[in-house]
Amino acid sequence: MTGPGPAPRQPDVPAARLLLTLATAGAIAGLLIVVVFQRTQPTIQAYKAEQLRLAVFEVLGGPDRFDTLYVVGATLERQVPAGGSPESHEQVYAGYAGDRFVGYAISAGQPGFQDMVRLIFGYDPARGTIIGMKVLESKETPGLGDKIEKDSSFVAQFGNVTAPLVGIKSRDATGDPHEVDMITGATISSKTVINTINGALARLGPLLAARMAGVP
Amino acid sequence: MRATTPRQDLLRGMWNENPVLIQMLGLCPALAVTNSVENSIAMGLATFFVLIGSSLLVSTFKRFVPHEVRISTYILIIATFVTIADMLLEAIVPTVHKALGAFVALIVVNCMILGRQEAFASKRPVGRSLLDAAGTGVGFIIALLMMGAIREVLGAGTFLGISVLGPHFEPWVIMILPPGGFLTLGVILLFLSWIEKRRAVRPGVRDWPEGVASGQKAA
Repeated sequence: MTGPGPAPRQPDVPAARLLLTLATAGAIAGLLIVVVFQRTQPTIQAYKAEQLRLAVFEVLGGPDRFDTLYVVGATLERQVPAGGSPESHEQVYAGYAGDRFVGYAISAGQPGFQDMVRLIFGYDPARGTIIGMKVLESKETPGLGDKIEKDSSFVAQFGNVTAPLVGIKSRDATGDPHEVDMITGATISSKTVINTINGALARLGPLLAARMAGVP
Repeated sequence: MRATTPRQDLLRGMWNENPVLIQMLGLCPALAVTNSVENSIAMGLATFFVLIGSSLLVSTFKRFVPHEVRISTYILIIATFVTIADMLLEAIVPTVHKALGAFVALIVVNCMILGRQEAFASKRPVGRSLLDAAGTGVGFIIALLMMGAIREVLGAGTFLGISVLGPHFEPWVIMILPPGGFLTLGVILLFLSWIEKRRAVRPGVRDWPEGVASGQKAA
């Protein structure tokens, strides 16, 4: 190269110094994050557990208490098998009013119009009916798709409807107990709710039935 | 670099060099989460916190950070504060945290923050850097609040969840959807440049930037 080049560079910084800088910065960053994580985690977990507890009570029509059951293989167990963590197993909640079994609360999710729609619903296996439904997580379009959680007349339909559910438009209503009147302008979101419930029952129904046979 | 007074360092980012409205930085969160005043405030405060924290650390340790690894170090520092902000938001205001979704984590890549570290905090004393960060942070909050207020009032008829336009107002749902963000920002920028133009045609009213006032011919 000829002619005036860029100004002469400072002597190279030794590689060890670069590594040391990044390692120190990384260590401080890690330390800070771990400290905050440990401080905030109990609050976050408690909030999530409380939200779930309220949702279970809501979709089971206010039972006195509920038990958490874990899906282990093809059975429902009260305890996670030794060595497993509770989070790694799907959970189903069995609600009781006094000593009487009310139904199961099942949480499930499917992709909706925008993103995953997660919901929880109460199911009475003896009568085959849905007891209640609550959307836990959804990013559906405000004003249209979000009616699956905000439109009380849509949500109320899940108070007493027989599984498997069939989504219909209101003008086609025949009074069949399986029918759910879908929201105008939010067909995909409505169908997502219906398919999520049907899918979860198709998957877990046999397990619930098997356990019911053993429940006094 | 021109010398500035502490007051200029603080005020610059708030309006004359507002990160969103003038510099066009940080537009992703400005468009995405300003669908309500509450979300705007939360995002503004989270970004403010990250800005202050990062500027403090970057400015304090600038002597020890070799030029070659400065960007990686800045990003590491910024990412740390974002992670902390994310956890704090989730613990303190879980509903807001849920509404902001992935955008809290995306503060890491808000170029406004990295820009302040590279352009200012890495070269100036700690005190000045904090002033600069505070000014920029407040400027970001102002911009987000303007957008959030317009979008929530028109899109939901409410301000901070309190009804302001009465029960007969039919909300313009589009305003709280993504297109509403672009529309609102566009209208605000149009309005600001209209004001700027009006001030420019009336000599004497306009307060010229320093460089212009002192005569650029000399340069």
